[in-house]
Amino acid sequence: MTAFFNYFGEGFLHFLAYLGELVELVWETLGSIFRGRIRWSLTLHQILEIGFRSQMVVIVTGAFTGAVFAAQIFFQFRSLGMESAVGPVVAVALFRELGPVLTGLMVAGRVGAAMSAEIGTMNVTQQIAALRALAVHPVDYLVVPRTLAMMISMPLLVAECVFCGIFAGYFAAVRFLGVTGSYYMVNTLKFTQMQDIFMALYKGVVFGFLIVFISCHQGLHAKDGAVGVGKGTTEAVVVSSLAILISNFFLTMTLNIIFPAGHHG
Amino acid sequence: MVEASPKPFIEVRNLRQQFGSQEILRGVNLTVFKGETLVLLGRSGGGKSVFLRHLIGLIKPVSGEIFVDGEEITHLNERQLEPIRIKVGMLFQDGALFDSMDVYDNVAFPLREHGQTDEKKIQDDVMHALELVNMLGHETKMPVNLSGGMRKRVALARAIINHPACILYDEPTAGLDPIVSDSINRLIRRLQRQLHMTSIVVTHDMTSTYHIADRVALLHEGKERFYGTLDDLKNSTDTVVQDFVLGRSYDKAE
Repeated sequence: MTAFFNYFGEGFLHFLAYLGELVELVWETLGSIFRGRIRWSLTLHQILEIGFRSQMVVIVTGAFTGAVFAAQIFFQFRSLGMESAVGPVVAVALFRELGPVLTGLMVAGRVGAAMSAEIGTMNVTQQIAALRALAVHPVDYLVVPRTLAMMISMPLLVAECVFCGIFAGYFAAVRFLGVTGSYYMVNTLKFTQMQDIFMALYKGVVFGFLIVFISCHQGLHAKDGAVGVGKGTTEAVVVSSLAILISNFFLTMTLNIIFPAGHHG
Repeated sequence: MVEASPKPFIEVRNLRQQFGSQEILRGVNLTVFKGETLVLLGRSGGGKSVFLRHLIGLIKPVSGEIFVDGEEITHLNERQLEPIRIKVGMLFQDGALFDSMDVYDNVAFPLREHGQTDEKKIQDDVMHALELVNMLGHETKMPVNLSGGMRKRVALARAIINHPACILYDEPTAGLDPIVSDSINRLIRRLQRQLHMTSIVVTHDMTSTYHIADRVALLHEGKERFYGTLDDLKNSTDTVVQDFVLGRSYDKAE
């Protein structure tokens, strides 16, 4: 019994220590940004890496999710004679939940893994120590550009994902399932509010933060050579993904107060 | 080479370090004088590299004091250490070159990071540094395509390009052929003579030691067992020191 509590107590303490390290990293990064220690060329390079090169995977994810979601909603709503409501349901679901979450998960898999592996390898091959020895703070050089790039890229990627989803949903519903195109579009526009768009972008930024700090932290704390880097990379993806899914619930609940769902007039 | 009244550049007092329950350093005291080369000898895994890392604050000691150019550094944080790290350069054991950059960008890195924007000036300095380490013509190569010795020489160019007052060498000749080792030894000597750089060289290479040392220290079981000039080293009667110098080992079973 004591062993049981010891085991979970220790796990909890490790978790607290981990959170402490994350907060420290966030603090150091924000401090560095406010001190103006920003390397714009590295930031641009990261925008290319994080934003530009993630478009394909985000577009495909958004499009096929939008299409399949439209089809399923259509099958359910047809029996109620509500085919014209497919558009707004798809749009609102994409804006509020599917768009940001799926983009977050895909970016965590693609970019989070790369960040953790790259920084982790630099760490175990002494390149981080070399940075420090050359009087360059690793957070300034590695984490700040990635954070800024993520903040800029994520909202755009989420927007891309959502719009491709809506377009693919339209295509599936109108072309394949025979919903009237004009109804679909008019209802989509009528029932989609500014607050849905804000929510999508806001969630995108938060998920971007989670990915970048969790992944950079894993990289900066990688040890034990190649095995450690591999383990850190896996953990970066798993922890980021879980953090996105869990925080999404709480974001939905709290943001719904600021950006209430539903059509108001 | 030893001046009449040399001033200390680095002073270490009672430095202790442990990882887990293993004590690596058990109260090391050491002084390095301005413009001198101190060779730090010791067995592999004896904490020499760990000791060296303390001197620019890459590792915080459990206790003890480190003075660099008169300033106590063990209480400084990462950002406060930056001026110290500009003053004291370090050559890592395997070079630790940035593998995402070619040779040129690696050597130019400290210049660009510390505010140099004039590319013409950067190019002149990089070429000069590469010439000094005999690596001209390899500018566009990536670190993965270099041999161990070449990587060390490029790393040395990167370490000296900002003209630090002192350089810490972590096993500069380990794993190199005798010819390349000799060229690195000559380079260390030359940097000291021409640029009056203070140097600490961690090694277990005795040939190298005789070639470059002004003073020698031997780290044994976490403490400095010997500290003195090359003559003192030769005349030492301590068996631990003599075993190391002559490369003697004892089979416990005998």
